[in-house]
Amino acid sequence: MKTWQSFAQPTTGEPLAREKDNTAESELFFRRALVMLFAVFLGFLAVAGRLVYLQVLNHERFITLSESNRVRVQPLPPTRGFIFDRNGVLLADNLASYHLEITREQVKDLDATLAELRQRIELSDADIERYRKLARRAPPYTGVPLRFRLSDEEIARLAVDLYRLPGVDIKADLTRRYPLGPLAVHAIGYVGRIDESELRRLDPGQYSGSTHIGKTGVERSYEDLLRGSTGWQQVETNAEGRPLRVLSRTPPVPGQHLYLSIDVRLQAVAEKALEDYNGAIVALDPRNGEVLALASQPTYDPNPFVNGIDFASYRLLNTSRDRPLLNRALRGIYPPGSTIKPLMALAGLEYGEINRYSGVFCPGFYRLPGSSHKFRDWRRGGHGSVDMDRAIAQSCDVYFYNLAFNLGIDRIHAFLDRFHLGRPTGVDLPGEKSALLPSQEWKRRVHKHAWFAGDTISAGIGQGYFLTTPLQLAHATAVISQRGADFKPRILLATEDPGTRIKAPEAPRPLPPVTLKNPLFWNTVIAGMIHVVEGGTAHRIGIGAKYRIAGKTGTAQVFTVGQNERYNASRLARHLLDHALFVAFAPVDDPRIAVAVIAEHGGGGSKTAAPMARKVMDAYLLDKYDRPATDGARDTQGETQRDGSE
Amino acid sequence: MDRSKDDKFLRLIHLDLTLLLGLLAISSMGLVVLYSAGQRDLDLVTGQAIRLGLGFAIMLVLAQAPPHYFRFWSPWIYLVGILLLLAVMAAGDISKGARRWLDLGVLRFQPSEIMKLAVPMMMSWYFAEKPLPPRLPHLLGGVLITAVPFLLIAKQPDLGTALVVGCAGAFVLFLAGLSWTILFGLAATLSAAVPLFWTFGMHDYQRQRVLTFLDPERDPLGTGYHIIQSKIAIGSGGVYGKGWLNGTQSHLDFLPEGSTDFIFAAFSEEFGLVGGCLLLTLYSFVIARCLYMATHTPDTYTRLLAGSLTLIFFIYAFVNSGMVSGLLPVVGLPLPLFSYGGTSLVTIMAGFGILMSVYSHRRTPTR
Repeated sequence: MKTWQSFAQPTTGEPLAREKDNTAESELFFRRALVMLFAVFLGFLAVAGRLVYLQVLNHERFITLSESNRVRVQPLPPTRGFIFDRNGVLLADNLASYHLEITREQVKDLDATLAELRQRIELSDADIERYRKLARRAPPYTGVPLRFRLSDEEIARLAVDLYRLPGVDIKADLTRRYPLGPLAVHAIGYVGRIDESELRRLDPGQYSGSTHIGKTGVERSYEDLLRGSTGWQQVETNAEGRPLRVLSRTPPVPGQHLYLSIDVRLQAVAEKALEDYNGAIVALDPRNGEVLALASQPTYDPNPFVNGIDFASYRLLNTSRDRPLLNRALRGIYPPGSTIKPLMALAGLEYGEINRYSGVFCPGFYRLPGSSHKFRDWRRGGHGSVDMDRAIAQSCDVYFYNLAFNLGIDRIHAFLDRFHLGRPTGVDLPGEKSALLPSQEWKRRVHKHAWFAGDTISAGIGQGYFLTTPLQLAHATAVISQRGADFKPRILLATEDPGTRIKAPEAPRPLPPVTLKNPLFWNTVIAGMIHVVEGGTAHRIGIGAKYRIAGKTGTAQVFTVGQNERYNASRLARHLLDHALFVAFAPVDDPRIAVAVIAEHGGGGSKTAAPMARKVMDAYLLDKYDRPATDGARDTQGETQRDGSE
Repeated sequence: MDRSKDDKFLRLIHLDLTLLLGLLAISSMGLVVLYSAGQRDLDLVTGQAIRLGLGFAIMLVLAQAPPHYFRFWSPWIYLVGILLLLAVMAAGDISKGARRWLDLGVLRFQPSEIMKLAVPMMMSWYFAEKPLPPRLPHLLGGVLITAVPFLLIAKQPDLGTALVVGCAGAFVLFLAGLSWTILFGLAATLSAAVPLFWTFGMHDYQRQRVLTFLDPERDPLGTGYHIIQSKIAIGSGGVYGKGWLNGTQSHLDFLPEGSTDFIFAAFSEEFGLVGGCLLLTLYSFVIARCLYMATHTPDTYTRLLAGSLTLIFFIYAFVNSGMVSGLLPVVGLPLPLFSYGGTSLVTIMAGFGILMSVYSHRRTPTR
């Protein structure tokens, strides 16, 4: 007694109240606890009594109710909208296919049922194996697919006997199909089965009954438009859960058809132009930001992804050194190289560091004041005395080393940022990379190092830390061509209601224009870019052109040449060769196309990349396509729904 | 005394073997039922097992703390709880139409959950200092201590938690020896006031609302749907049930919330009257053991606290099984150690930790 009484001292230090009597209180508590125990038993007894009432006395009634509980709500997944190119060529549609499903709980003898099915249709051991595996994990009373892609004949044979096989069902579903295969796959993307992380994120109501979701490309960025919305129906079922009749129905709203700004004919030309190089070609309409072609090489066929690509093929795609799954147009990051020089020249004019007549003597190298390190010019002997026009046309490095040094990185960064370099252009495709427009702040934050003057020199010719995506380069070129007018790149041209067939065009999305102190600066730089093609580094593609082109070649170093070595293409392995770049727009008087080309390890921009751009511009401006323009174009009359049942 | 080695070890870590076995029996049964009620989703079961493990760990940790810690901290925890409830009123997050959550940036929690422990602690602390049975002014003090958090929580609105908190306070009052005269007097006044209030103090639409609350089947498409389906599930189970994994009501998706608030219906459908009675027996066993432990603790504070925590557990089990079987109105309380979900599980296990502590420290002087 004593021990626990001393323990019972209140810790607050107050003396016990006068009338406290622990023994009496303990007895009082005991009595009260007994009462409560009694109340607890009484309470549970009441629940038990209720259970008897429900489970014994009214069991018959409730078992009948449970068996007649036959109204089930079924989701009705919507039909996914189709995708067309700007001329109505079909890029993605849905193909009806039928599969055989078994609901385990409704089958009395599974082996007997399987044996019976085998007499009617072809069933491989692998099918049965997969069924058993899936059925183990499936929630009860749900159908599990046994055989996919039933032929019409098989369906006919099964349908006759279906009533004798409870739990066996033929289910129709629509499979996404990409009729052009790998063409434009990086723009269109593909749909795939909903995976677990997506399942957690998605609205379960909207996606019940749906198995697929857009994974990449337009399929992903316009998932909401393409999908439509799920409908519901209340069905009365028999005791086994088989639907007998529909009681009420809220129909699904089918997804919108999309028209892309892509022209597949141009897309095909661009993909072919890249030959066997890995790389990307982006073509924009500079007047409104429409993406005319978005090629990324190598490509792959999206169709196997729809119903789950097999592991070996996926690994092959995923581990390939060429990385076909990478969308190089917006996720490939490359040093812009000399293609940045027109913008650097604009920056020099804008900040008054130079005028178009200022001359620089190029001895073939550049030294920072007080340093012995030589920044070399691509031409070993130098360009001699150059002004801005010649510097752009001949791509004189020393001129731009000097200009970059005079501008300083802060002003370079501020100016180039206005052209969306180093940040997403905001194109309506998923996964666009920012790439990198270096700044002092960035280097301090990431590299924990101060910015050196040498870093500015490299940045001045688009090397060093500087990285861009092909899309950013095409976009910046489009802005130059429009003398500052800026449109967000976009791939969606119009949506179409599948029921009414009414097309709703998407409006261009203008961005705040780039305005310079003197609008004539644009002319100066554009003149330089014209001279790149007419007598400059890309003079070869100017030959025989039926329109005038303004462009800029670029070469991005992959391999750092030692201070006292020479870059010798013939002695380097292909994967160490420089990336070839070219940006251009045409015609110069009324630009209708802006192109950026990157051919990985293509050597030099003038030799490899520029002719590719010319092919694309020729096709677009002169309407020179391999196939007739109407080929594959969609017949828009008399066709209501293309479910692929034809 | 003749004690086995295991028992000695359990005493060393301040656990009571009998109670522990009871809790383990209920929670393992719960996991088996959850596998079926959750449509054979193993992830669900694993998640719940992890939560249970966490709950038992919290119980173990709290069991180590000597009771005077709880006593010392009682008023402070209560005070902080009240302040947090006020903060929720001022700046809480609204989810599902009720303002219950407090977002502290890293942590989002319901302060009302704290009050399920803080109110019994504060009430026990308050009455441990007073002569018992309590006199009228102390009684009023006790009512105030309970009424403030009760009203704050009811206003959120979170009727289930408010009910638990209110009951916790009432249990302490009763266990402290509230005189039967007052008790009966209160009961008489209430039963007289209700009809009067019903006739004169309410609008017609308010009456309709109360009627639906009391009898959900008046609204067969809203709250009524849950209860109707739940009763069908239980009733169709019969004496022996349809068997594990064979419940059609839960598996054909007729029973809403079959793995959370309505798991008792899914359980009764598959295990029948036999299973239901077994579960109720297990709950009674745990509660009886806890009350026994409460009477064998040294002072008024520990007795009152242990007693009221036990009865909170009862309220959960009783209100949930009563609601699911259509005996009581629909109040959102989970079936303790059975329903899927974690928030209240933690509070319940913390309560058992305190119980273990006050019982196991009874002969160990702490000076």
